[in-house]
Amino acid sequence: MNWLFRYANPHEFMRLSGAVLPYIAVATALCFAIGLYLGFSVPPDYQQGTTITLMFIHVPADVVAELIYGAIAVCSLLSLVWRHPLSDTAARAAAPFGALFTAVAIITGALWGKPMWGTYWVWDARLTSFLLLFFLYLGYMALWNAIEDETRAARACAILALVGLVDIPIIKFSVDWWSTLHQGESIMSGKIAPVYLAPLLIMMLGYNLLFFTLWMVRIRTAILERRARNLMQQAAS
Amino acid sequence: MNFDMGAYGIYIWPAYGISAVAILGAIVWTVAAWRRAKAKLAALEKK
Repeated sequence: MNWLFRYANPHEFMRLSGAVLPYIAVATALCFAIGLYLGFSVPPDYQQGTTITLMFIHVPADVVAELIYGAIAVCSLLSLVWRHPLSDTAARAAAPFGALFTAVAIITGALWGKPMWGTYWVWDARLTSFLLLFFLYLGYMALWNAIEDETRAARACAILALVGLVDIPIIKFSVDWWSTLHQGESIMSGKIAPVYLAPLLIMMLGYNLLFFTLWMVRIRTAILERRARNLMQQAAS
Repeated sequence: MNFDMGAYGIYIWPAYGISAVAILGAIVWTVAAWRRAKAKLAALEKK
């Protein structure tokens, strides 16, 4: 764990993240450019027609929304076990992006559902468990703001995040466990045509890199804000 | 590249539009907060 703690030191984190951020930002832009180019070059699907292009924005938003929750859960565990303040900062910084991508996945999914299923929304297991993820993010952010003492807030939020983690496998396996209107898994099982797979994977990588870039900047911002707070406290005392 | 989405365009383009607004909004919000924090810290360190 020593390597992890070294980078969890705020000074080390600022140095390292500052050095890698420009490269990740460029890689993100490249993924979006290539992914969108390929995405708008695919032939219409034999069942879904041109709405297949919605897959390239709906699935990546969904995947990154769940990945962000995983990132928050890992940071929460590190915070509870090792009490490292940077892991709390990291967990808190990720949450708004999680809520945003969850909302984007729900909206793009609704706009895909209407032409394909005949309805924007249905209370099936996949959609319902995914909506719950959105409320988990909102609840998590509200809890951070509700408790004034930062150490206590961090503990309560970390516990909430770990309890809420149970929703992630439910989302993932909902399409297998219950009969859902939402289609089943198609990437790992190889059911997706290769011509659609390349743009989808590149867009997924792009969304994940985008989150990673923004997350790093948010953590850096939080570190600067803490330094400013400390300076003000010193000046006041 | 083909941007002719046919009759489904009324669903596809709003979805792309909302995604673009969300992503650009997140970038602007994140960068603005970073610049604000940096300026504030610089002002405090000057004192």
